[in-house]
Amino acid sequence: MSLKRLPYILPLLIFAGIGVYLWIGLGHDPRILPSALLNKPAPEFNLPPLQGRARLDGKSEELPLTTASLATGKPMLVNFFASWCGPCQVEHPILNDMAKAHDVIIQGVNYKDDPRRALIFLGQLGDTYDRVGRDQDGRVAIDFGVYGIPETFVVDGKGRIQYRHPGPLSPEIAQNTILPLLESLK
Amino acid sequence: MRLIMLATLALLWIAPAAQAIAPSEMLSDPVLEGRARELGKELRCPKCQNQSLDDSEAGIASDLRRIVRERLVAGDSDAQVKDYLTARYGDFVLLEPPVKSTTWILWYGPFAVILLGAIVIWRIAKRNKARLAASGADPDDDDGDGWEITRR
Repeated sequence: MSLKRLPYILPLLIFAGIGVYLWIGLGHDPRILPSALLNKPAPEFNLPPLQGRARLDGKSEELPLTTASLATGKPMLVNFFASWCGPCQVEHPILNDMAKAHDVIIQGVNYKDDPRRALIFLGQLGDTYDRVGRDQDGRVAIDFGVYGIPETFVVDGKGRIQYRHPGPLSPEIAQNTILPLLESLK
Repeated sequence: MRLIMLATLALLWIAPAAQAIAPSEMLSDPVLEGRARELGKELRCPKCQNQSLDDSEAGIASDLRRIVRERLVAGDSDAQVKDYLTARYGDFVLLEPPVKSTTWILWYGPFAVILLGAIVIWRIAKRNKARLAASGADPDDDDGDGWEITRR
């Protein structure tokens, strides 16, 4: 290609470049944003426990959920849920499966919920959470940068946020992203 | 008749734009409430994305409006309120992206493209003028738009 032709071909190339860029942009879900807290410690919080749970692992302790309970040396999930949230019901079996089949530790944050309804929700779907803290006014959710539940965070052994998934979990995300990430953080 | 129409127009003009802020959310201090409104226009509702905090009916937007007011009452500056929210939600909550190294293309890219275009046009015009002069035509006949070369 002679250099003389360049002025004629360049606009075409630029157009093609913009086209490819926009085409890729079409495939992005604008709702999925990376957390502003990635690689940072989880925010300071102290939530009262949801009382009266029937845990599937048989334990009966009901402890408050705090920043310290996220930094135990083991990676874990923090899942924001509520009984009034439909997608939370859809994703709950996936959480249960990760807890039962892969020994994943999951902390639950019960967002703006009636504790009695939360207990019914967990009673029907199965309660595999380690601790469940009650975020009555949604303030802890805001400190985590949550904008709609369900949302799930992966926290490393030092209590730092490593991943955020807004919206309900799918089996693919659990299998291909979350479980490998937890494994790598061990 | 004309008076009625004008009065209706005037009413439309002074009627406030529809906003989602509930009266119970508002601050009694008009100065602070005014600042909260300004911030509410510049901040984005993280849930609905194309609405500002003040425009959105989403629960999270109302929570964030409450927090904005809480911070203002506590004595935060406007910048501190924005920092509080960007620390949690990222630059995404700012409807106007900040000028920083990662957004330089966004802010200065269009000016760079205009500059580049101007340079290209200037060079073409200059070259055409030179060719015109070489062909023996009167260069002063050129009005500078670069198209004279095709006329011969």
